[in-house]
Amino acid sequence: MDWVNAILQGTLLGGLYALFAAGLSLIFGVMRLVNIAHGDLIVLAAYLALTVIMALGIHPLMSLLAVVPVMAVVGYVLQRSILNRTLGDDILPPLLVSFGLSVIIQNALLETYTADPQRLSAGPIEVASLNLGGLAVGYLPFLMFVTAVAIIGGLQIVFYRTGLGRAFRAVSDNQDIAQLMGINRRHVFALAMALSLAVTAVAGIFLGIRTSFDPATGPARLIFGFEAVIIGGMGSLWGTLAGGVILGVSQAIGAQVNPGWQILAGHVAFLVILAVRPRGLFPRMDG
Amino acid sequence: MSARDNYRVFRATRASRVAAVLGLAVLVLLFAAPWWAGRAELRLLGEIFLYLSLAMLWNLLAGYAGFVSVGQQAYVGLGGYLLFALTIFLGLHPVAAIAAAGLAGALVAMPVALLIFRLRGAYFAIGTWVIAEVFRLGFAQLGALGGGSGISLPVDAARSLAEGRDAREAVSYWLTLGVATAVITIACLFLRSRRGLALTAIRDNELAAGSLGIDIWRTKFLVYVIVGGLTTLVGALIFLQKLRISPEAAFSVNDWTAFVIFIVVIGGIGSLEGPFVGTIVYFLLREMLADLGAAYLIVLGAVAIAVMLVAPKGLWGLVRDSTGLRLFPLGYRTEPKEKKGA
Repeated sequence: MDWVNAILQGTLLGGLYALFAAGLSLIFGVMRLVNIAHGDLIVLAAYLALTVIMALGIHPLMSLLAVVPVMAVVGYVLQRSILNRTLGDDILPPLLVSFGLSVIIQNALLETYTADPQRLSAGPIEVASLNLGGLAVGYLPFLMFVTAVAIIGGLQIVFYRTGLGRAFRAVSDNQDIAQLMGINRRHVFALAMALSLAVTAVAGIFLGIRTSFDPATGPARLIFGFEAVIIGGMGSLWGTLAGGVILGVSQAIGAQVNPGWQILAGHVAFLVILAVRPRGLFPRMDG
Repeated sequence: MSARDNYRVFRATRASRVAAVLGLAVLVLLFAAPWWAGRAELRLLGEIFLYLSLAMLWNLLAGYAGFVSVGQQAYVGLGGYLLFALTIFLGLHPVAAIAAAGLAGALVAMPVALLIFRLRGAYFAIGTWVIAEVFRLGFAQLGALGGGSGISLPVDAARSLAEGRDAREAVSYWLTLGVATAVITIACLFLRSRRGLALTAIRDNELAAGSLGIDIWRTKFLVYVIVGGLTTLVGALIFLQKLRISPEAAFSVNDWTAFVIFIVVIGGIGSLEGPFVGTIVYFLLREMLADLGAAYLIVLGAVAIAVMLVAPKGLWGLVRDSTGLRLFPLGYRTEPKEKKGA
């Protein structure tokens, strides 16, 4: 029963990892940008939520109403002012600029909020659970998982059913021709980053409710998100969810064997899949 | 009459000869530092040489082979831990342990390369970071090496370097100077060799290089393994200076990769002169802004972003583009031969 429980909890945790990964996957799909600062932006969202909660005394889930739009604006401005200038054939500039951003965000958070670990307190829902024949399913992990499925489903709809999604796919396929067709790629890229950081805001708030965070916790979130993307297969949103679940289950099984092995087990699962199926488990057919 | 009869092909220029002579003079001066510098200056110089070495190596990887690794701390930490393991368990002399660590690092780099070469571009970067995290978590599990809290180098091992504190610090300083000189020499000789020419061709245009018959995979593999081995060696030396190691310090992404990347980017990526310029700028900034604390890192990050956006080839790139100056005799140049009797 312990093992079944570990797998169940790991699956639910996978929802959070899929949320980390969805924003990363989205901007890679649209503009081939890997944002090294992604994890730090997740942590930034958690701190913004903390500030809003302290100022207004509201529930963390209510703070989404403020943090999601703020992060979307941050994403739009960041893309238009800095990241758009780095895009081109050379992969070095976006990588190094986002690496610089990562260091800047971490240290700005350190200066503003100190290194003390913080949490977003969600009240009784944190410990409430549903008993399913000996298995306890926490309301909160369940809510996170359902939210992740809903967000990924929503992104899927945006991508394949809306005009914005058509613009995303067009610039992804061929920037120059999309531009000739009257799409302003700088604006489209900025919208993609805004959408990515809106998802990041949700991820950050759930992260803050689930566990304590400090300014240095960003890189590990980036790595989890990245592993979920690669395990699932690049460019596939549902694959990203599967990747997150596989990562979460691997970590839960590792922790069940030895508490010190939780994170290590996730990395090992990632490396094994990289060795056996380098294109991930569910690669997009057109690659 | 072929072109060869009319043109002279050469590599060394007057600037590179002057640079070589000046470089040797500086090297002699630096070799004598234990007699003219104080203890604090000696330590600072040692640190500068170690960062210069790391920057040279990262530049070979990213600037020439096109591998943007953000996981070189894997090799720095591995080197540190190998130094401690080899001196503690096998009783090796620290210098022997450092050399052995370099070899072991190259061996470890081979299977790692086979795995992460499957990732491209930016995903390669994060893949290297995962490898470094695996190393960090793995070494944290080893109770014999202090587990998560770390371990100090035994007094005997440190003492075996030389008699007396002054002599020990001098030997330790010469090791850093020696390794930096060796790394620069190896980088320069490698880039001048056949393989280096192939690597430069790949850097400039991978497709064209491949169609000329260059084995791209093997060339890149070789560079990754050499850089991995030498980074491990530098890592062992870094922790011989520190005398204490813990997983957090050994595999720190900020200390061993972020700063190194900033140095190379600010100085000029893809040139041998760049890391020199970058190291000087980095240490000047650090000494000037030391009182700022975390804000110093914000400034450093902002400077690196600004350089990347405004002058992607770094400060040295600006100098080179406006003057044509090259201090290392790497490329080939031609000039018309003087006609006989003219």
